[in-house]
Amino acid sequence: MIHSLFLINSSGDIFLEKHWKSVVSRSVCDYFFEAQERATEAENVPPVIPTPHHYLLNVYRHKIFFVAVIQTEVPPLFVIEFLHRVVDTFQDYFGVCSEVVIKDNVVVVYEVLEEMLDNGFPLATESNILKELIKPPTILRTVVNTITGSTNVGDQLPTGQLSVVPWRRTGVKYTNNEAYFDVIEEIDAIIDKSGSTITAEIQGVIDACVKLTGMPDLTLSFMNPRLLDDVSFHPCVRFKRWESERILSFIPPDGNFRLLSYHVSAQNLVAIPVYVKHNISFRDSSSLGRFEITVGPKQTMGKTVEGVMVTSQMPKGVLNMSLTPSQGMHTFDPVTKLLSWDVGKINPQKLPNLKGTMSLQAGTSKPDENPTINLQFKIQQLAISGLKVNRLDMYGEKYKPFKGIKYMTKAGKFQVRT
Amino acid sequence: MTDSKYFTTTKKGEIFELKAELNSDKKEKKKEAVKKVIASMTVGKDVSALFPDVVNCMQTDNLELKKLVYLYLMNYAKSQPDMAIMAVNTFVKDCEDPNPLIRALAVRTMGCIRVDKITEYLCEPLRKCLKDEDPYVRKTAAVCVAKLHDINAQLVEDQGFLDTLKDLISDSNPMVVANAVAALSEIAESHPSSNLLDLNPQSINKLLTALNECTEWGQIFILDCLANYMPKDDREAQSICERVTPRLSHANSAVVLSAVKVLMKFMEMLSKDLDYYGTLLKKLAPPLVTLLSAEPELQYVALRNINLIVQKRPEILKHEMKVFFVKYNDPIYVKLEKLDIMIRLASQANIAQVLAELKEYATEVDVDFVRKAVRAIGRCAIKVEQSAERCVSTLLDLIQTKVNYVVQEAIVVIKDIFRKYPNKYESVIATLCENLDSLDEPEARAAMIWIVGEYAERIDNADELLESFLEGFHDESTQVQLQLLTAIVKLFLKKPTETQELVQQVLSLATQDSDNPDLRDRGYIYWRLLSTDPVAAKEVVLAEKPLISEETDLIEPTLLDELICYIGTLASVYHKPPSAFVEGSRGIVHKSLPPRTGSSESAESPDAAPSGAPPSEQPAVIPTQGDLLGDLLNLDLGPPVSGPPVATSSVQMGAVDLLGGGLDSLMGGTGFTAPSAVMPANLGPPPSGGLGDLFDLAGGVGTLSGSHVAPKTVWLPAMKAKGLEISGTFSRQVGAISMDLLLTNKALQVMSDFAIQFNRNSFGLAPAAPLQIHAPLAPNQTVEISLPLNTVGSVMKMDPLNNLQVAVKNNIDVFYFSTLYPLHILFVEDGKMERQMFLATWKDIPNENEAQFQIKDCPLSADAVSSKLQGSNIFTVAKRNVEGQDMLYQSLKLTNGIWVLAELRIQPGSPSFTLSLKCRAPEVSHYVYQAYETILKN
Repeated sequence: MIHSLFLINSSGDIFLEKHWKSVVSRSVCDYFFEAQERATEAENVPPVIPTPHHYLLNVYRHKIFFVAVIQTEVPPLFVIEFLHRVVDTFQDYFGVCSEVVIKDNVVVVYEVLEEMLDNGFPLATESNILKELIKPPTILRTVVNTITGSTNVGDQLPTGQLSVVPWRRTGVKYTNNEAYFDVIEEIDAIIDKSGSTITAEIQGVIDACVKLTGMPDLTLSFMNPRLLDDVSFHPCVRFKRWESERILSFIPPDGNFRLLSYHVSAQNLVAIPVYVKHNISFRDSSSLGRFEITVGPKQTMGKTVEGVMVTSQMPKGVLNMSLTPSQGMHTFDPVTKLLSWDVGKINPQKLPNLKGTMSLQAGTSKPDENPTINLQFKIQQLAISGLKVNRLDMYGEKYKPFKGIKYMTKAGKFQVRT
Repeated sequence: MTDSKYFTTTKKGEIFELKAELNSDKKEKKKEAVKKVIASMTVGKDVSALFPDVVNCMQTDNLELKKLVYLYLMNYAKSQPDMAIMAVNTFVKDCEDPNPLIRALAVRTMGCIRVDKITEYLCEPLRKCLKDEDPYVRKTAAVCVAKLHDINAQLVEDQGFLDTLKDLISDSNPMVVANAVAALSEIAESHPSSNLLDLNPQSINKLLTALNECTEWGQIFILDCLANYMPKDDREAQSICERVTPRLSHANSAVVLSAVKVLMKFMEMLSKDLDYYGTLLKKLAPPLVTLLSAEPELQYVALRNINLIVQKRPEILKHEMKVFFVKYNDPIYVKLEKLDIMIRLASQANIAQVLAELKEYATEVDVDFVRKAVRAIGRCAIKVEQSAERCVSTLLDLIQTKVNYVVQEAIVVIKDIFRKYPNKYESVIATLCENLDSLDEPEARAAMIWIVGEYAERIDNADELLESFLEGFHDESTQVQLQLLTAIVKLFLKKPTETQELVQQVLSLATQDSDNPDLRDRGYIYWRLLSTDPVAAKEVVLAEKPLISEETDLIEPTLLDELICYIGTLASVYHKPPSAFVEGSRGIVHKSLPPRTGSSESAESPDAAPSGAPPSEQPAVIPTQGDLLGDLLNLDLGPPVSGPPVATSSVQMGAVDLLGGGLDSLMGGTGFTAPSAVMPANLGPPPSGGLGDLFDLAGGVGTLSGSHVAPKTVWLPAMKAKGLEISGTFSRQVGAISMDLLLTNKALQVMSDFAIQFNRNSFGLAPAAPLQIHAPLAPNQTVEISLPLNTVGSVMKMDPLNNLQVAVKNNIDVFYFSTLYPLHILFVEDGKMERQMFLATWKDIPNENEAQFQIKDCPLSADAVSSKLQGSNIFTVAKRNVEGQDMLYQSLKLTNGIWVLAELRIQPGSPSFTLSLKCRAPEVSHYVYQAYETILKN
């Protein structure tokens, strides 16, 4: 199973190591550094690196490499999923996951890691159980601890670990009982030069924030559940009920959690909410190129498209750009050749437009690759797939909770080729 | 206030200061000090000197302090074993604590203290904890057994902890079950032969129940364990599949992939006509697609596995091409994998889309990716015939971009397209020739030269083009040199009048000025071929080449089947069986897919085989002869053939050698050239003799089909075996030994449940697969079966050496018999020794090891003898004529690596031969002689 974990910052310092079995010398990380050097960019470091006696599996998050060391045949996804869980836990405990924060809370980090694995086997990875075992640091608690000498280690048996609902602790109490659900959809799309869709798919999630007293049993039903034919559930969802009735029935964890994620595939027709008109041309003879892009709304069901951001990696031959936007701010970094334009809201009456010239390196032939345009945007109160929650009911408890559902559509990897 | 304060004390007396604080009376100060110690430890500072002081803080009611001290102990106990004993008492006491959290914590920590002395004290508390009333303690204790096993395996077995652990599989709490399975799996990994996870339908049922209720990690352990189970029939397989399918909707991708593994494996047993089979196929696609929307590192592992799944069952993802389209900001490792799968999924239906994408990729920035994209276009052309034309025009477009590396890649793949569709696209040659000067990579140059040579008659200035390459001949890489040599010879044979000078120039360059043996050999062959018989030369050099196969980089089927059993593991990421790379693979058991069974037949399950017979199967499938020939010819330019899979490489090499005698040198294999097939003129006999040798050896190709097989003889008469009669023989076919059996039921009752086992023997012969007799044997029925053998069994010297004792079991009884196997089934395909080596070895072996035999009544000529023996892997290294006698020098190698050298003296006209054998293990000589006699007289 998982032998050791090394945390390495972007300048190559190992700033934390944790061993769950015998100690593995940190020199094993040299193989990682070699691979890192070869990859040139942090994102391109291969996730699985073989060394003569170990395997290194790594994920890169928040400018930190989380490098796990394994010695025997262990499912790599198991390790990677666990590393993700470590990142999530740090974020959950400290608000952000960064080298500074980890160093500041090194003892808590160490205690948490110790609880997460035993002999390399996962022990407690659910955030609410961990928090029962080791209380996250808060300013108040640190002050109180210093004065009274009490600790942030809990002294009860983590009851949740034994019940059939390991994700929920017992004895939860709230004065305001509330349950909020966010339906968030991200569109991944590739649009070709002529504006037609090459591939488009929707990655959707339903994130929940449930603060309910006792052991509530919730059911959530949809107007159009047939949209959800490819779903991944939180372990709390009763799968049988979903299979037979297409109703989500579950005892929720306490606090924030992801109830389900779903995928609406390329085969269903995916509505594309924006379009980009572009005219980017390099000419062989002149050292000037023309550049113009316009962004406009397409299928938005009457909602406003906001938070629009256009970025594009320009070819190496582009020395500089002189552009005028009709709205928003734009920047071009002549070193990285990255153009970004913060558009903001799209007003359908007056479409945002960015226009101007590019100065090219004189004497060289025109660049052979055309820049790809990356688009970000947000649409509030709309799930682009058309998914709609029908009703949310609670059983098992007597009080009346506040309920709320929010919808949002965002761009995921939304790319327009030119 | 944060923990960073613990790092600030970097004054020189740090350890001393901590020591004082640890021994302080004030609780608060003590705790702060322990925290400082832990903080130093986490960043790798050595604070082991504080061991006694920290251990003193252990006796406390404060849980946090206790935990911190435990953390410290786990890290340093190993370096201070004597001190660690001090902690034992506290552990034993804590194991009795009324609070289960403390009990669990104590047992957990104890296991992490990797000190032999302490483990003895650990056994009693552990035994108690394994039976604890609280499941939390039990599940912690289960893991502790695995830890203890890691430290002292013998102790765990002696104390009977393994049995207790097995009992925990039936525990009422799913978490305990999951941890027990995890612990047992880990222990089993270091004991591949032990039957720790001996699963039966009852325990499977327990596991399936626990699967629904345990944590995501537990689900992974249970699913991986289920995948090792062999259901007894298709109904059981289906019911397991039904209960595993819901896991495909789990949010944890590792759970999903483990479930996919179980389903892919058990699907093998389901009949394809079954409705359920179709349903299952449909259910597999969405979760795999979903994995691709996860983080890049998960995508990478998923893609490597999908690559296997697509090869095994392309129907699952055939409609999902689009999800593999590359986004420009995908990490490079994801891009390359996606590309690979795109080509695998390419078909007539989607080729237009794929090509459009590939063309798009070919203009990206990343050089590696662009190259692979260009190659992919070529592969599409070869795979989907209808698209070839479009692919070629796409490639031409790309060549027009004049981007150097794009042009070179394009030329390399166009060469492959020519090989696949000869006489179709030669019109593009002119365009290719325009780019001749920009080629600077050996592979591209070699490809271009091949094209020029192959189509010399259509290129007006072919001689000029080739001549231009010749100028810098010695600076070229071997690949290009070899290619240039062949191309010019081709040109000469096509246009003999104008190019005589050129061919002489290249031949002298290759034979006289080069010190590369491959190049020299090939030069000599051509030279002699051209000077002795130009017509034959034409036939050989300009022979029609077999078409290249559609997909050159498919994983070999047996390996693929094995890898399917390893979905989700490192093996699947590396596309190699674990035995090929896992550290200390102590005889890892090869996994194989279950056989498809009939619906109602109670098929023989491999479990019924005697435990000693390894249920493993060496992946030893040899490509068919056609493929092999294709490969051989392909080697010319090194097209994208992925290296032969590790497990089979030796066998393949052997087979190639067999074929290789004459062919490979002629066609030119940069990879394989039989080094002794041709001797340079100054070393060997006169040229004509050399040539004669060459074709002699080529004659051996005819006897490729395998070594001599004796007729079956009765091994076990019916009267000795309650009506079961067994007759059989041994054979060796292209590297695979098998025992061909004829089982006859001469009794009046039905026989079933056959199994076979060998006693230990001189060469470690053992069945490579269980005896597969699917249907019961009715009275008077005969079944013929070929049992594959390997030589990895245990070895014990027998007398006579080739004696084999066999036990056969059926539903009636167990029967024993012994038989003698002919030694030539053990002669391996790569038993040909190089000439120099042969000479040296012959001298090296002391004379007392030489044995002489007479082979009488064998009226064969020397050449006939040589080719006959080669069929059974006895290779003629050299042939000499001394005073009217033919002397054949021969070599052979046994499966255990023993070389035997032979000198066979043949007197023309006399039917008796004299055989002298030299071997470092002289006891085999007699049996080798017997083999000679058997082969020659049949």
